[in-house]
Amino acid sequence: MLQEHARIVDFIATAEGVTGRKKLQKMVYIMKKLNVPFKEKYEFHIYGPYSEELTARIEELCDMGFLSEALEDKGSYVQYKYAVTDEGMEFRNAVGASIPKNPEAAALLNAKSARFLELASTLLYFGHMERGKQIAKLHSVKGKLNFTEAEIEEAYRFLDELEQLKLS
Amino acid sequence: MSYATQKLAEEKVFKDPVHRYIHVRDQVIWDLVNSKEFQRLRRIKQLGTSYLVFHGAEHSRFNHSLGVYEIVRRISDDVFHGRPEWDESERLTVLCAALLHDLGHGPFSHSFEKVFNVDHEEFTRAILTGDTEVNSILKKVSPDFPGQVAEVIAKTYSNKQVVSLISSQIDADRMDYLQRDAYYTGVSYGHFDMERILRVMRPLDDQVVIKSSGMHAVEDYIMSRYQMYWQVYFHPVARSAEVILRKILQRAKELSESGYEFQQPPTHFLAFFDRSFTLADYLALDEGVLMTYFQLWINERDPILADLCDRFVNRRLFQYVDFDPGTDYKKLGELSALFKKAGIDPEYYLIDDSTSDLPYDFYRPGEEEERLPIQLLMPNGDIKELSRLSQIVDAISGKRRTDYKLYFPAELLIDGKKKAIKQQILEMLREGGI
Repeated sequence: MLQEHARIVDFIATAEGVTGRKKLQKMVYIMKKLNVPFKEKYEFHIYGPYSEELTARIEELCDMGFLSEALEDKGSYVQYKYAVTDEGMEFRNAVGASIPKNPEAAALLNAKSARFLELASTLLYFGHMERGKQIAKLHSVKGKLNFTEAEIEEAYRFLDELEQLKLS
Repeated sequence: MSYATQKLAEEKVFKDPVHRYIHVRDQVIWDLVNSKEFQRLRRIKQLGTSYLVFHGAEHSRFNHSLGVYEIVRRISDDVFHGRPEWDESERLTVLCAALLHDLGHGPFSHSFEKVFNVDHEEFTRAILTGDTEVNSILKKVSPDFPGQVAEVIAKTYSNKQVVSLISSQIDADRMDYLQRDAYYTGVSYGHFDMERILRVMRPLDDQVVIKSSGMHAVEDYIMSRYQMYWQVYFHPVARSAEVILRKILQRAKELSESGYEFQQPPTHFLAFFDRSFTLADYLALDEGVLMTYFQLWINERDPILADLCDRFVNRRLFQYVDFDPGTDYKKLGELSALFKKAGIDPEYYLIDDSTSDLPYDFYRPGEEEERLPIQLLMPNGDIKELSRLSQIVDAISGKRRTDYKLYFPAELLIDGKKKAIKQQILEMLREGGI
């Protein structure tokens, strides 16, 4: 019961907090695509793969007091910073969560920028295509972001590195 | 004449209770409607388990898909036709996407997808691009046409006007299902002036906007949506049936994996239990197939599977109470322990369920929101976001409403042995502790 809520709390605790809604969305998506058992359903939106269910769950967890949400003013934009509260840790421990513990993967993801994770998750979203088509599609849907060849190569290398960790 | 522009000798019409008539002139559309993958949608109800609450809600995804097609046809052929901002060459793509947008839905999609961790949108893409009748029809238009239609439905298509007609905060999909579901459930909510909205829709740059004179019709549409979600789609009794359905599928999977010998083996489900399924396995399922299994499993030896199937088929649903997981999750643990003591497996008979809805949201520049807003086209050509002009919409913008329920079989807690423990459970449930 409440396992899906507990998984999200557990993940944010393992990552020692996450800054940015977009970043959190992409981190969970990448973990899910690497077979970590997150149940949130994803679709393609403005910034790539996005889960309305995850947004709802995060809002619920904030309302329950298990996550804290702080607004950070970055000048030209604002970001939301999420951390697990003491009550959230108690909840996670009481409910339990079946997500495999992988602090290394969480740290690797958390160290990347939202832009980079948007790139990596978009490539994963088009994973059913061959690599050349994935890149063409990336430029088609993310043309304004002007991803460079070096960034794309780095994204593939990063995804390979995560896959090596055998997250599931 | 190419297949893409080929017309039927005479227009075909479907009588429809929502749009009066659905008009088909294109050979491609007619062929798609007659494909076996599209005909399968007749055997999948639009509202899943809601028919157990609203007895009229037996309509199918076939009806709805035709309705979405008809709305998009009217936009494309009447409202947008001849406007320089609209690319007429997209007509067939958007009509096909409208008709086929729900093609990958399976039986009781919501529950089936949750239990077997599958996604109907991936099946939609697989049907459009795989070895199917639909694919062979679309390929006759051009080799890359199936992929284009799939991209519109997946929202990754380059022309965002086309995508937003099928999927946005005011799209043909939603305009059809709100009216259709209101009609078949018999509720008085869900009605709005679609004719007015269609007349004031305009293609502009990479979006579809609404002339500001149509603002009140859009307000009505958003309020209709709000009402339908809470009065119909999230009805607690329909959710009770969904909960039981999920538990039937979960139990059948668990029994199969534990080597239980079924009297009626779950042949159609086996490939989903071990995730070896193919597209053909998925297309072989419909709600008739599932209901047949549920009927037969009423006589299974396993008491849990038999009981759950009996509950679903004969509408002996779970009772429910409101609960707040933020404060009640510890009591939920206590209740779970008491259920075990009472000999009732909480995994199958004590289930929490939450649902939530955000009626309308707008994109705040600089934030990380993902919903494209509804934009109003002012008489002077300016664009203004809807909630900036509408006080009604502003009042509900960005405000999520969530509902939590705890489901349980009330009659099992009244009858039989271990009355003291069961009484304790009932008191916990009734006293508002949960």
